This record gives sequence, C-alpha cells and structure tokens, in this order.
Amino acid sequence: MTGTSALYQDVILEHNRAPRNFRRMDDADRHAEGRNPLCGDQITVWLKLDGDVIADVSFEGSGCAISRASASLMTAAVKGKTRPEVQRLFQRFHEVVTGKPAGDGRREELGKLAVFSGISSFPVRVKCATLSWHALNAALEQGVELVSTE
Amino acid sequence: MPATSLASGFPSAAARFDVARVRAEFPILATRVHGKPLVYLDNAATTQKPRAVLDAVLGYYTTENANIHRGVHYLSQQATEAYEGAREKVARFLNAASAREIIFVRGATEGINLVAQSYGRSVVRPGDEILVTGMEHHSNIVPWQLLAEQTGVVLRVAPLTDAGELDVAAFERLLGERTRLVSVVHLSNALGTVNPIRRITAAAHRRGIPVLVDGAQSAPHLAVDVRALDCDFFVFSGHKLFGPTGIGVLYGREALLDRMPPWQGGGDMISSVTFERSTWAGLPAKFEAGTPHIAGAVGLGAAVDWLSRIGLDAVAAHEDELLRYAAAEVGRIPGVTLIGTAPERASILSFALDGVHAHDIGQVLDLEGVAIRAGHHCAQPVMQRFGVAATARASFALYNTRAEVDALVAGLFKVKQLFAQ
Repeated sequence: MTGTSALYQDVILEHNRAPRNFRRMDDADRHAEGRNPLCGDQITVWLKLDGDVIADVSFEGSGCAISRASASLMTAAVKGKTRPEVQRLFQRFHEVVTGKPAGDGRREELGKLAVFSGISSFPVRVKCATLSWHALNAALEQGVELVSTE
Repeated sequence: MPATSLASGFPSAAARFDVARVRAEFPILATRVHGKPLVYLDNAATTQKPRAVLDAVLGYYTTENANIHRGVHYLSQQATEAYEGAREKVARFLNAASAREIIFVRGATEGINLVAQSYGRSVVRPGDEILVTGMEHHSNIVPWQLLAEQTGVVLRVAPLTDAGELDVAAFERLLGERTRLVSVVHLSNALGTVNPIRRITAAAHRRGIPVLVDGAQSAPHLAVDVRALDCDFFVFSGHKLFGPTGIGVLYGREALLDRMPPWQGGGDMISSVTFERSTWAGLPAKFEAGTPHIAGAVGLGAAVDWLSRIGLDAVAAHEDELLRYAAAEVGRIPGVTLIGTAPERASILSFALDGVHAHDIGQVLDLEGVAIRAGHHCAQPVMQRFGVAATARASFALYNTRAEVDALVAGLFKVKQLFAQ
C-alpha cells in the first residue's frame, strides 16, 4: 500500500466522516485542550473518571482528517481502561506512528489504532495523529489544561 | 522604467512570453514527485531558481570569492565589485534614486525589523501609533509589537472588506496626529489582494507620515518603481524572486536612512572605532555590519537581471491570465470557497473546500505531484477575519502553465472523491 491509501485508510476516512464521542461533556471531571500552532488544529478532550478508570471520554475541536479520526479512535480505545493501561497504549501508539520497530506483539495491543501505522512515512503528520493523545494525557495529569505540540 | 524597459522596448511583451523556454531554465522543474511530474504551486513560499542564478552563485565561489571592502588583493576587489554591482542592479530594478538607498539584509522580515528598531526606536514616543492593515503577514505585525513593548508605541490596524480589500476610507480615518509610520503589504500572501499603494502613500504623506511597503510578494510579480509608488521604505526577499535564500533588500529614501541610527554594530559599518566612541560609516555600509551574504547578493543581482530581461510586464500579463483561469476552474468545483476575491489581485489563489481540512487537501495533492501550501500562511489575523482555521493556497510564478492548473483541478476532484460524505 502506498500513497493516498497508506495514509487515508478506510477506517480513518470513516471516523473522520462520523467521529465517535464527538461532543462537549458538561459534567466532566477533567478536560484539556491540545493545539498545534503550526496548523491551527485544536482539540479538547473531556474525561469522567471512576477511581483510576476512564468511565467516559469525549472530544471536540477542529482539525484535519488524521487528527479527527485519531481522536475518535482514541476515545473508543481508552474508554473503560485504567490510567496505566492508557499510558501504555499511548506509548505503543507513539512508537508505531513514529516508525519505531514494534516487536513482541506490540502492534497487536493497538487493535484498530494500528491503522495509523502508515503515518510513519509522513513525518509532518505525526503531530496530527498524536494531538488528541497529548490532550488526553494532559487531562489525566490534572492541572494541565493546555498542551501544545510545539 | 528600468525593470521593464528591456521588454517594453519590443512590441507586445506578453505575446513574446514563451513559458516553455522559461521552464527549461529551471532544472528543478524536471523533478518527478511520487512518480508524477512536479507541479510547483507554492511560489509565495519560495520560488525555484533559474540557471542564471545557480551559475552566478557557483561562478562567484569558483572564481571571485574573497571578503569585500578591505582587501587590497585581486580577489577582494573582484568580490567587492560583484557585491556592489549587485546593489546597482537592485537599485535599477526598483528604480531607486541611488544605490546608497539599497541595504542588503537577510530578507523582507529583517528589513522590517531594521526599520522598526532603527527608525522606530529613534522616532516614537509612548502613545504614538504605527498603522498596519488587517492583511499583514506576521513579519509586518510582530516587529511592531516588539517595538510596542520597548517604547509604548501603539499598533493600529486598518480593517478589510469581505472581499479581502483594504477599507481605504477606514484606513484614512486611522491616520492621525500620533501616527508615526504606515507599514502595509503590497500584495497579500494569504489573499492575493494588491493594495492601492499610491493612494496610501499620498494620504499618509499629506500628514507627513512615512510609508513602508512590504513587497515580499509583489516584487516577483509586478513591476515595482519605488519612486512612482512614492514609498519611503520597500522590502523584499531574494528567495521569492528566483534568487538565493538568506538575502533580501531594504530600500529606504536616502534622507531617511541618513538620519537613522545603526541597528547592528560590527565590522564594515564604522568610520572609526576607539574604546571611547565609534563613528558610523555612510550609506549603505552603516546598516551592513559584519561580512554580508556576498554570494547571495550576487545571486540576487543575477535574478533581477534575469527577471528584467523577461520583463515584469510580460510576467504580470502571463500570471494574470493564469490566475483568472485558475480562479474560474477551481472556483466552480462544488464546495470550493475562494478566500480573497478583490478585483485587484495577483498570483495567489487561497481557498477552502467544504468538509475537508486544508492539510488533507495539501497531502492528497502532494501525492499527485502538486505542491501547494496549506495552513494559516503566517497570517493568522487574516484567517480569523475570514473565519477559517487554515486555507489551501496555490501560488503562481512565471513558469506555471494552464496544464498545471488542470493538474491542480484534477487533484482537487480526487480530494473530493476521497473525502466524499
């Protein structure tokens, strides 16, 4: 798979068209905003926590298809997971999108998120794919309300 | 006018314009991208370089390289002549009254910073005003904000119409007792709007206010005559005018430059130095501390000569035809909104496509070999004015063709197909 189809896989296009958990959450426990000043992309992630477990998560914002689909797939992937599980998932995701060798079945841990592996051939788009993850991470690390990719 | 006299000496400059011959002078245009012919439509970011420029830079380093203005030896004299010769070429290109009015800088950005720090700091008092327009590039906003922090000067902004034109009446109302300088873009990099510089300079001069014109986008596309425009400062960048990166020009009226203090100190800009005090060299050396980008200036000199031989009237006619064609073809794609529809515009087509982010447009076009810019174009206030986070921007140069516009349009249909709702 090369070119357009390596980057814009069907799952990504579908989540861009109809993003999951795309809503403001008024009763959230925490939220954080991620911004990419280079392209003006902006995503806010809201969280509801049950102890250490992410009971609910949602996002809103504007951005390219990659950042929007990544946020959508992220919310689906992290719901119901504990904080350490989410952090491990983010680490695996980061490895895959930056093209680090993923041995030991690490790619399998990613499930649907593996559709972003094609991003590693497009280094300028890595920030698009990780924007929502940085915002989620900031929301989990309470007190940080705005993160920037720069 | 020198910039166009070579071309306009012949009948019908536009008819003589041979785009295939022009293209053949740019080796990089033969590049293939992702297996497709390169369609380079990012000329507002930087232009490609013709052989005349590449040869001049290589030739300088091969046969003339030395430091300037100080050596008695042969090569130093050669290098000095090459560097000062480039200054003369630029002076003719802009129709400056004298080569002393041409200061070599790194680019348009540095030229504006020089004026802010030298002219600005020596003239403004707290509460004085600098007037810009709502379509400025960050390089004509941030230097004034730095000056504001240092001096208490206030930055005023003249508004735009919905078509992306300067609201000239509102602009004139903003010219006041406290206005110390007007700094205005000639050709907007985000909208393509060409501002009515003569009207602006006339209105400002009626109140004795000097005018800086940011010509980063205009100089490669429109014949510029600084005396006809009646501007007090004019800046442009070499790399957007088929020359090297890292070299640019500040034109300033000699009487103003004479009164301005240096903004950087060092070698080459002094008359004499003791530990107690130093005295400054005359123009233009006063503003060129340190060893300058000699090879860059030589390359820029070659670029303005090359461009003048083709003739900016012919260039402008070719590009105008191309922009009209592109605006019509891209504008009728369903879902496309053109951002910037001023009647007077040049070389730039900024647009949005419903439901598709500009970066995705740029990415898919790249995979078709078509290079455009996607983003805020270092003009975030313009994006805010038109309520978009980013636009896609195709920007044309003299070597672009109708066939390349067709490739852009075909690429945009692929974008639409991929992101179809």
